[in-house]
Amino acid sequence: MIAETGLIALWLAAALALLQFALGAIGLRTGRDDYYAAIRSVAVAQGLFVALSFLLLIWLFLRSDMSVRLVVMNSVSVKPFIYKFSGTWGNHEGSMLLWVTVMGLAGAFIALFERSLKTRTLVATLAAQAFISLGFYAFLLISSNPFERMFPVPADGQGLNPLLQDPGLAFHPPTLYFGYVGLSVAFSFAVGAMITRDVGAAFAKAMRPWVLGAWIFLTLGITAGSYWAYYELGWGGWWFWDPVENAALMPWLAATALLHSVTVLATRDGLRAWTLMLAVVAFSMSMIGTFLVRSGILTSVHAFAVDPERGSFILALLAIYIGGAMALFALRVGTVKEGSRFELVSREGALVANNLLLSVILGLVFIGTLYPLLVEAVTGDKLSVGPPYFNLATGPLALMLVAVMAAGPLLRWRRDNPTALLNRISIPILMTAAALFALALFTTDMSVLALLGLALAIGVGVASLAPLWKRNLRRTPLHTYGMVIAHFGIAVALAGMACESSFTEEKLVAAKPGDEIAVNHWTLKFEAIEPVAGPNWTALEARMTAQYGDGALHQITPQNRMFAAAQTQTSEAALLTRWNGQLYVVLGDGDSEGRWQVRVWWKPFVTWIWYGGILVALGGFLAMIGRLRRGYKQRKQREYAEAIV
Amino acid sequence: MKAKHQRLTLALLALVALVGAGLLGTYALQDQASYFYTPSDIVAKKPEAGTPIRLGGMVEEGSIEPSADGVTVQFIVQDGTARQKVTYTGITPDLFVEGSGVVADGRLDANGMFVAETLLAKHDENYIPRELEDIDMTSGEYKTETLVQ
Repeated sequence: MIAETGLIALWLAAALALLQFALGAIGLRTGRDDYYAAIRSVAVAQGLFVALSFLLLIWLFLRSDMSVRLVVMNSVSVKPFIYKFSGTWGNHEGSMLLWVTVMGLAGAFIALFERSLKTRTLVATLAAQAFISLGFYAFLLISSNPFERMFPVPADGQGLNPLLQDPGLAFHPPTLYFGYVGLSVAFSFAVGAMITRDVGAAFAKAMRPWVLGAWIFLTLGITAGSYWAYYELGWGGWWFWDPVENAALMPWLAATALLHSVTVLATRDGLRAWTLMLAVVAFSMSMIGTFLVRSGILTSVHAFAVDPERGSFILALLAIYIGGAMALFALRVGTVKEGSRFELVSREGALVANNLLLSVILGLVFIGTLYPLLVEAVTGDKLSVGPPYFNLATGPLALMLVAVMAAGPLLRWRRDNPTALLNRISIPILMTAAALFALALFTTDMSVLALLGLALAIGVGVASLAPLWKRNLRRTPLHTYGMVIAHFGIAVALAGMACESSFTEEKLVAAKPGDEIAVNHWTLKFEAIEPVAGPNWTALEARMTAQYGDGALHQITPQNRMFAAAQTQTSEAALLTRWNGQLYVVLGDGDSEGRWQVRVWWKPFVTWIWYGGILVALGGFLAMIGRLRRGYKQRKQREYAEAIV
Repeated sequence: MKAKHQRLTLALLALVALVGAGLLGTYALQDQASYFYTPSDIVAKKPEAGTPIRLGGMVEEGSIEPSADGVTVQFIVQDGTARQKVTYTGITPDLFVEGSGVVADGRLDANGMFVAETLLAKHDENYIPRELEDIDMTSGEYKTETLVQ
């Protein structure tokens, strides 16, 4: 009965979304207030029903209800609780239901709490949001029903892909989905504002928390995904330019650009049309990301199934939404009045440079990701575009972007003096030059990109703190702290990337128990191989001790795991984290002479990459809280003033 | 600055950025995109030694041969019609087994041996690398125990 209830809830939610769209469309046409009032309650009800449906699916997974096809395919009754839970969205149908659930809840949230936007624009936004949701409801109900029953009922399920049985999976996909959906809300706002021709600072202020929220989740999702790939795949790399990674990176790049342009719109009422365009692009990138991952047209661990029907469905949705939005943009862009103006050397100018560079990087990643698919479709040639392309194409631009990032916050709005800027930024420039000189002198064979990256990271790290210089720290607004921390996080991550790619040391040996392996200042003693067992796996575990110089002994235990249900093997890397880097040990296969393959890396400062990512997200979070609090205060003051009048 | 001028400068900047990106992109793509080869493609097209290519096919049953150093492995990749010898130094991927799909990035050496730098195996029992979809699997060596019917 649970599965049927879930399906009914899903149908009801779909019907409510249709009603929400119709109410909005008719309401906007006739301008009747009662429609406006009704659409809010409908949006809330839709959110509740779709959430109910998702909760019931989780319930089915937790109970291991083997009469439901989806549970059979993706779960098994002997599996730790957390993976039963996360198995709910570790598959196509479940993840689509999660998507539409988050979207429904976001709509309900807007309906309940959005007060600063004009009513007409709000109604148009909710109608747009319902229209997007409808496509996903249709997708779920027509081609990927998560509640489908299975007859006869099998004794047990097939289990979850062992690579995905990891705490990281429990949080990684939902985080990205929150980001994607946040961008869909920003897109709905843009559509709403275009429909009612209400593009201005108020609209930007209403949209900004959603963009920030989406951006925080995308940042966290990418950071977590990168770390997951790093320790779970056992290849020692943290970014592979895999199309699935790009599928998350492209919306992030667009969201980063949007985040900065929306600030110009909110603060200075400039870049109106451009901001609308970016909102459309950012959502398009989310849809393309979903399409790439969900359609299974890519070579990747994330493409769980190869199913052309689903791919075509998402592609059709993509065409409708993006085509529709572009058409609306083309029709309405002429009516968007020009915003306020600025000089080239100004805060706005730096933000325009930021937007241009981000857009170009986005374009290059986009070309590199889709070009092989296009070539294959046209000529049939199979082609792969890998890290050499992406590093060469985007690396120099990313460094330029980081340099602009150092200067931007030190510029005044509207107009500034170039020499004054040079004065303000002289210390970071000197530090970068000094670092560059020292690195060129004392290191050998660092790549140019890494050399520049590390030197720049040092200067930018300092420059990013400069906006707090000589300020009353207690009266500095929270969102300024947010910006400073986020920019500082970028410098930290950049330093980590440059160090990892330049100073990593590696050793690959076939070792017997009793052997010693030396890497950098580390000595690893291979003591024994022992069998161990977990809840649903057995493993061979290497017991090793690691010692840094004459320091303390650390126990480390890389494993080779066999999963009973899926008949597959994964290697669990052992990581030893120190303040200055990470020791990364992978156990390979054994041979007939009793030797075991062991691969050891010493990666200086590699953890900074993810610490940086977390700082960036934290900065975003502070900025969002700061903006929301200020918006709330201003509204209260306005209401108070109106009450007095 | 007048509004018109400002818009013009911005549009010009955007144009320059776009053209630059296009040029950079095509340049990098021409240089760095590697073509995908099956063993029969290698026989037919004879890529030069040293060009980075991506090789895909099935690991032939009984062909995996470890070498004396314990970390290098030699095996044969086949696609039903042709065979290609491959050598790889490193830990083989978790799902690398005989009779299973594999994608290797690397280059041919002067003796016609494919020196792989990275190996990708099919990731789970449901999944076939995109490049391998077209290969005829009727040689009977590839097990199609897919779970999803």
